[in-house]
Amino acid sequence: MNTRRSASMPNSLLPICIRDLRLNKGDRAVLAGVNLRIDEPGITVIMGSNGAGKTLLLRCLHGLTRPDQGHITLGQMGVADSRDHQAMVFQHPVLLRRTVLHNLAFAAPGLAESAPQQLLEALESVHLADRADQPARMLSGGEQQRLALARALLSQPELLLLDEATASLDPASVLVIESLVKAQSARGTKVILVSHDQGQARRLADEVVFVCAGQVAEQSPADQFFTAPVTPGAKAYLAGEILL
Amino acid sequence: MNALAEALRLIITLDADLFEILWLSIRVSLVALVIAAAISLPLGTWLAITRFPGRKFCILLLNALMGMPPVVVGLLVYLLLSRSGPLGWMGLLYTPTAMIIAQVVLITPIIAALSNQVIENLHQEYSDTFYSMGITGRRAIVAYLVDARYALTTCILAGFGRAIAEVGAVIIVGGNIDHLTRVMTTAIALETSKGNLTLALALGAVLLALSLLINALVIGVREYAAKRQYA
Repeated sequence: MNTRRSASMPNSLLPICIRDLRLNKGDRAVLAGVNLRIDEPGITVIMGSNGAGKTLLLRCLHGLTRPDQGHITLGQMGVADSRDHQAMVFQHPVLLRRTVLHNLAFAAPGLAESAPQQLLEALESVHLADRADQPARMLSGGEQQRLALARALLSQPELLLLDEATASLDPASVLVIESLVKAQSARGTKVILVSHDQGQARRLADEVVFVCAGQVAEQSPADQFFTAPVTPGAKAYLAGEILL
Repeated sequence: MNALAEALRLIITLDADLFEILWLSIRVSLVALVIAAAISLPLGTWLAITRFPGRKFCILLLNALMGMPPVVVGLLVYLLLSRSGPLGWMGLLYTPTAMIIAQVVLITPIIAALSNQVIENLHQEYSDTFYSMGITGRRAIVAYLVDARYALTTCILAGFGRAIAEVGAVIIVGGNIDHLTRVMTTAIALETSKGNLTLALALGAVLLALSLLINALVIGVREYAAKRQYA
């Protein structure tokens, strides 16, 4: 589906540097001084309990939420400049009130005119080629999310952000999405994924960032995180204890 | 009873006078609708998706103008088009064009305010995705209009219903001149005052049928959209 990016191409959005990111909602600090540096390509999974600030961190990276304080740089770029190089898949996919194919054509109008075959290939990659002419919102939740991912990948992003994109989906859809994410990462796209699913994190992650109470509590290679977590919060989280 | 039977006969025999009035009514209201929709749909959409100081006041004004009395609209357009008015030199008073202008003024705020609400709801749903996809400006406006097409169709039909049933403004600026500016509503008012209930009843029946047709269309459009998850 995505032929322009390749693993040999340098990713211009690396390293990703987040410095002292703060955001308050009312009296509560939802991001309380996040410091994070991501140098390596591959898949970074952000984990943490509900309300830890994972989604907000992702939204700040994408420019959807403006922090009260702090700096984010992606390679040599600020968030606004890097927007065209990023794509995001949300937990609840929002599809246009059009057919499946038109949803893709809207995301890539140039491609729809010059190489419509690529749109069909994109649909094939998410196993939706036979649904091309159906209203997109009549697809199942898993199919909608697959279409949202195909749409996001059409822009050939250097940074792909996924916010609990497989939460509550059927295993078949999870499998398709994970395969695509891995393939995209292998092509050189940096993937940052928020997930509660430890199994998914073990399958996908090269690196894990554990967020707790609006701060990065731990950042380590995936193997190390799952075998020897350092912080008590991460240990408790992996042990399935309820974190408040 | 006689008047009702006679009215029915006028409709069934396609009476020339009746259909001349009917055709002018539809022509005036349709032209007004096309112009009003061309103004109000982009306006309502733009107000829904942009943020600027005074935006809330603009929406408040639009909502207030929805309830503007037609006779006041008629008076304002009359003052504009009368010989001593700023557009008097155009000689439009007591012509179908004047009636179209009055109806445009009357229904533009209605369609704009209704479409604004529709697009506002859609914007809440789409804004993050559009931001992420880099969809802004004119492309966003067109996308919202396309995606809200069925809901907007009902807004437009509501505007048409208001225009075709309107009497106060068109009687002031049109003058209810026979074979020139006489439309269904003004003819009904005149014929009733003259005691000629036959034509008034026939026109009333057609107007009622049109109203039913418009409402049936609104329901049909809504059901079609809901069935295909396009609502």
